[in-house]
Amino acid sequence: MDVTLMLWIDAALTLMILSFLYRDNPFYKFAEHLFVGVSAAYLMAVGFWDHLVPNLLGKLFPSLMSGVVPGAVGRSPDYYYLIPAIFGLLLLTRLIDRWAWLSRWALAFIVGGAAGFNLPRFLDSDFIIQVQSTMIPLVVLDASGNLLWGASFSHVVLVLGVICGLVYFFFSVEHKGVLGHVSRAGIWVLMVTFGAAFGYTVMARISLLTGRMEALGAWLGSIF
Amino acid sequence: MHHLPTTRILCGVPHLSRLLCAVCVFAAVSSQRAVLAFAALFSLPRAVLASSAVSTLPRAVLAFAALFSLLQADPVLAQAGAESGWFNTDRTQALVLGIILTGAILLYVVLASAGRPLFIRKIAGLETVEEAVGRATEMGKPILYVPGLNDMDEVQTIASMNLLGHLATIIAGYDSRLHVPVRKSLVMSVARETVQQSYLTAGRPDAYQEDDIHYVSDAQFAYAAAVDGIIVREKPAACFYLGGFYAESLILAETGNSIGAIQIAGTARPPQLPFFVAACDYTLIGEELFAASAYLSKEPRMLGSLKGQDAGKGIAIVFILAGSALATLESITGSETVREVSEIVLWLFR
Repeated sequence: MDVTLMLWIDAALTLMILSFLYRDNPFYKFAEHLFVGVSAAYLMAVGFWDHLVPNLLGKLFPSLMSGVVPGAVGRSPDYYYLIPAIFGLLLLTRLIDRWAWLSRWALAFIVGGAAGFNLPRFLDSDFIIQVQSTMIPLVVLDASGNLLWGASFSHVVLVLGVICGLVYFFFSVEHKGVLGHVSRAGIWVLMVTFGAAFGYTVMARISLLTGRMEALGAWLGSIF
Repeated sequence: MHHLPTTRILCGVPHLSRLLCAVCVFAAVSSQRAVLAFAALFSLPRAVLASSAVSTLPRAVLAFAALFSLLQADPVLAQAGAESGWFNTDRTQALVLGIILTGAILLYVVLASAGRPLFIRKIAGLETVEEAVGRATEMGKPILYVPGLNDMDEVQTIASMNLLGHLATIIAGYDSRLHVPVRKSLVMSVARETVQQSYLTAGRPDAYQEDDIHYVSDAQFAYAAAVDGIIVREKPAACFYLGGFYAESLILAETGNSIGAIQIAGTARPPQLPFFVAACDYTLIGEELFAASAYLSKEPRMLGSLKGQDAGKGIAIVFILAGSALATLESITGSETVREVSEIVLWLFR
């Protein structure tokens, strides 16, 4: 497609979306509906060609798919893939009222599978590694035995912050007395962290705006 | 409700999960993966099986899938290697921790099931759920529920479906309209099942509108644009954003804020929490999202599971304090004995 035409479409759709900052309007509605429709169709096509064809059809019918799946050439059919194929088809039974209950089998497999896969992963990443990273000395000395104030302070803040944060997430005890104070400190730690994360992420989002502004700049440059 | 005959039989076994656990315990004598399977069957799937979101799903398939996937899961297999059998000595500490944590959960689940009253602290965001629904009913406006961007393989989405179930029961009682735009087709299926079940439970099956739970688009910002459009056109009185969110969190929450809706958000994704805290009335922070189901249902087994998880956090605090104290002593004294003790504590978390 002509580059200038692309620039015009890009700029027009960007302006239509940005018009939402003023209020909802027909231009925004048009861009929104176009975006939803095109993306849904595009991602469906991508899903078919990038996932279904190489990961299922390419495994079940390699000779038939050798033209579109390069790795399938000379491979023998892998009939284990009939199992996910059947589960996939079961999901589609939802479209027929009489058979819709069959889709629950596939859904149950997905939900149960997610639970099983995630448990050891979360035990590692959200528990073991986190606890391990917090077992640090509260007093940090250099090689000659001098106290490193900055590093020590940082370690104390980290350990106390984690403990206070954990106490805030105790649900089965009432947060009053000492526990209440520690929990209060925990929510302060969380809020300070959120504040820092907010500023950091907003800065990152500015780059998205910059990208759009550059697109508009290129469009204006093509006019003048 | 329809099930295949085999499923009906298996679902009819009252202690199927316990039976599977017993098998796993037997296998655990020589198997680390089996112990982890045991852990999985007692903790996460237990919460999943008890949840309203999956109450309509065949539980035998759920349990089998959890067990099967756990046996294939990283990092156990990755470290054990495909041919090294069932026991991986490098991961023995995971076995010990798994037993401790799931043992604590199991203990409290049993106590709760036996009728021991369990306390759960107030969670502000959830206290206002009924108020938000009541307000929407008075104003004659709908309630918007956004279950996040993730698919059903994400624990946050499962937690979100649990909450949707509770919320739909309240909404059905108030005769308000619930609107749930979703990004993933599977989430749409589960959400429809969940809401339909809730309307049935509330005795209002006629009020259930399947089309109010609909797919939008898999594309992140197309979904955000569409939900924004829904917010400004329908002007819901209450907006719930519960699940896994990404860069669109602030876009959605700001739009909801601009129309003056009561907004309750919750996610376990730390980068998005600041935006929800800034733009919503109430935010469920991290684990509060997972505790919400137990909080709303007050179901003894879920409360027991929550109490067991608290015990796990207590254990974590004890080890952090012990590990830090030993590391500090080692740093100051340079003692070999302290280092050896420290090594033993660190071994558990290596």
